Amino acid sequence: MRIVYTDVLVIGGGLAGLRAAVGARRRGHEVVILSLVPAKRSHSAAAQGGMQASLGNTAKGEGDNEDVHFEDTVRGSDWGCDQAVARLFVHAAPQAVRELAAWGVPWNRVRAGEREVVMDGRRVMLSERPEAHGLIAARDFGGTKKWRTCYVSDGTGHAMLYAVSDKAVAEGIPVHERMEAIALIHEGGRCHGAIVRNLVTGELSAYVAKATCIATGGFGRIYRVTSNAVINEGIGAAIALETGAASLGNMEAVQFHPTTIFPAGILVTEGCRGDGGLLKDAAGHRFMPDYEPEKKELASRDVVSRRMEEHIRAGHGVKSRFGEHLWLDITLLGAAHIDGRLREVKEICRHFLGIDPARDFIPVRPAQHYSMGGIRTDARGEAYGLAGLFACGEAACWDLHGFNRLGGNSVAETVVAGMIVGENIADFVESPAGELQVSTALVQGFLAAEQGRLDALLQGKGMESATDIRRRMQDIMTDKVGIFRRGDLLAEAVDELQVLLQRSRRIGVATKRPGSNPELVAAYRVQKMLKLALCVAYGALQRTESRGAHYREDCPRRDDANWLMRTLASWNDPFQTLPTLAYEALDVRGMELPPGWRGYGARDAIEHPATASRAAEVAAIREAFGHADRAIVQQALMPYEHLVPLRFRGHNERLGDPR
Amino acid sequence: MSTDTPRQLTLRILRSSPGEGIAPHWQDFRVDEAEGMTLFIALNEIRDTLDPSLQFDFVCRAGICGSCGMLIDGRPGLACRSLTRDFGPLITLAPLPVFALIGDLSVDTGSWMRGTAERLETWIHSQAEPDLTAVEARMEPELAEAIYELDRCIECGCCVAGCGTLRMREDFVGAVGLNKIARFRLDPRDERSDEDYYELIGDDSGVFGCMSLLGCHDVCPKGLPLQTQIAFLRRRMVAVGLK
Repeated sequence: MRIVYTDVLVIGGGLAGLRAAVGARRRGHEVVILSLVPAKRSHSAAAQGGMQASLGNTAKGEGDNEDVHFEDTVRGSDWGCDQAVARLFVHAAPQAVRELAAWGVPWNRVRAGEREVVMDGRRVMLSERPEAHGLIAARDFGGTKKWRTCYVSDGTGHAMLYAVSDKAVAEGIPVHERMEAIALIHEGGRCHGAIVRNLVTGELSAYVAKATCIATGGFGRIYRVTSNAVINEGIGAAIALETGAASLGNMEAVQFHPTTIFPAGILVTEGCRGDGGLLKDAAGHRFMPDYEPEKKELASRDVVSRRMEEHIRAGHGVKSRFGEHLWLDITLLGAAHIDGRLREVKEICRHFLGIDPARDFIPVRPAQHYSMGGIRTDARGEAYGLAGLFACGEAACWDLHGFNRLGGNSVAETVVAGMIVGENIADFVESPAGELQVSTALVQGFLAAEQGRLDALLQGKGMESATDIRRRMQDIMTDKVGIFRRGDLLAEAVDELQVLLQRSRRIGVATKRPGSNPELVAAYRVQKMLKLALCVAYGALQRTESRGAHYREDCPRRDDANWLMRTLASWNDPFQTLPTLAYEALDVRGMELPPGWRGYGARDAIEHPATASRAAEVAAIREAFGHADRAIVQQALMPYEHLVPLRFRGHNERLGDPR
Repeated sequence: MSTDTPRQLTLRILRSSPGEGIAPHWQDFRVDEAEGMTLFIALNEIRDTLDPSLQFDFVCRAGICGSCGMLIDGRPGLACRSLTRDFGPLITLAPLPVFALIGDLSVDTGSWMRGTAERLETWIHSQAEPDLTAVEARMEPELAEAIYELDRCIECGCCVAGCGTLRMREDFVGAVGLNKIARFRLDPRDERSDEDYYELIGDDSGVFGCMSLLGCHDVCPKGLPLQTQIAFLRRRMVAVGLK
């Protein structure tokens, strides 16, 4: 039995995992990262448009600060997020962007003086302040009051991932590549590491750690049409679910990105619209202002995606042999802008569509893009129900995004959560609770169980095909658990997925070789993915309201009175075919921003009984403090500083601050 | 392309499985071409319907992550963004040379690139610990853009596979390594001097090993200015060497 011991085991080599690993390593702990692929190939690299941080350097970002970023994030979440976590995040985001600047990310910088930009379909002149020259610039993104999205052309995620990955190399952190965690080792509510399969040799080993951190990203591949990379299958979330001790939060909250190229589903950044691009229909008509007069193309993603599908249903889609789509028009931005700021978009259009976006419209349609749900943790990143297990980034639900994430907040979350959770992991490892007490018999038991499951697939008499089951799952999810949801279709989806789950227990694998075996990998993964799909579909069926990206045609209103709650899904018995759902109420009485209208989208929410009194209380506190420093008012409304690791406390300085 | 009768494509793939002692051999697979078909789509179709054991590496399938470098009709390129319509009815696919072979079209670029990062120390060398709450240091907008130009490398390994020197010298840093030195040299946040860089690349395993065949420049999927950067670095390193 091969056992690797380490202080901290990080599962996932994308931005969140790497940054958490660097944090724990810098506190003096031994860290090992597991990654399915070389770390720099992680899906973080595909984040194009940028990361939100309220630096306020650009003319259209002047006056931005944590308060504005906080309110945008909460409104974006449709009040589903944990507001204390949102506060923690907006506080640390400027520090994350500045740290990355010091680590080498070539952020686009402010150039003083006049410049021409496209806003709302027109060319206008902006004047950048001379004192801001050379500071980090920002572009516009959906659902934000200020231009806040810091960027590196449209290769932001790539530049960030390379800087942080190279930082991990500088810190001497080993990344064990092509290694997949297929089960967590745990006992009595304490996680002790993972059983890991070598994807090249097929060998199983045990990684035993004081603290384990899952940072494996999202699970978009349970859908047929997704912008996600092929490795985004959610196995990290699934192995947490399979412990029966941890739970997954808000799995039904799935984001669909408005602009993925049709039909391949490859993302083109929200920066296209942020920089002035427009959505048009078959007649060449710009339709978003008809639906959303305030924010137009730059409403939040859930709203824009729904409006696009609504417009297609109304008969305005462009017909093609693959189905219907709409147009994204960035021709008005001009070739020079596209060559400088949207060059990945240009490359994608050229290679996958054979078009030049400076001259031609881009065919687009919404596709699955982001998993707001994930491993439910507290604000420190520690999993509910399993001490010593942490999670961060898209794999986690500490709950920054609620039911809809704002563009630019996810790549920001990866590094911010990595910073914060990395410190909290180090604190845990240094505490008495972090002591490692695990018997080799326990480890051996988990190892044998996993080997048994793989052997059953390889040597069993199953006749079901993993490929067929997987394709059917993806079709069900895209057709019945998509942008528009309905009770009867969701019920069908849940029934069909349960049948698939049972069939998946009888998969046969024709390729018998023990080593690199893509067929075996597909087989054990689809068994896990089906559980995630059931958490999404069943959670969506039970939630009889519409909130953020979860839209029920049969229950179209947001219902704060009954559904201001987070869904918790668990899977206690390996043979059950449905997750066990529980609900966790959000406390209106503690909210800094009580529920209201988002500023875009529908305006018909059913009010929570405590909303009015909390709103009055908030107004009274603001009145009582008058013109006091905004940090003092904030503290009175909803304290969150105790959640900020010591290293990241303090006031974020901005240009023109009195100091 | 005719829309009525799709072409039938033959993908001739160099199969192997070193772990099982299966030596390299060609195997043909036939697929019907579809509109907009990429090698990503064709290879997955083969794996889903013809041979579930076929090994290849894709991650983003959007030309961003650099996982799917392979020899396509003998030329290194990214399979995910190669449209079959740009090729004849017979397409040969082989794994990238130089890198350790995992099996079929899958090679281990990760260990090679990690080795390069460690050897060339491809990170910002700075004594100062940043003050995260203070306003960031300024940088000229043009300089930031120039650094990004070189930062766009996706470590796909195509330049390594297309390199003449690497056929003869296993320890050559390759265009990917030289470009990284050029990138950090341009970055004022990195406090290393040309003398420091000379220690890293001032010999035949570094910039003086390049024979200027420049296959790297021709095959780089990101169109990085490798020719200019290698020539420029060579001049700078000669200047240090002559001191």
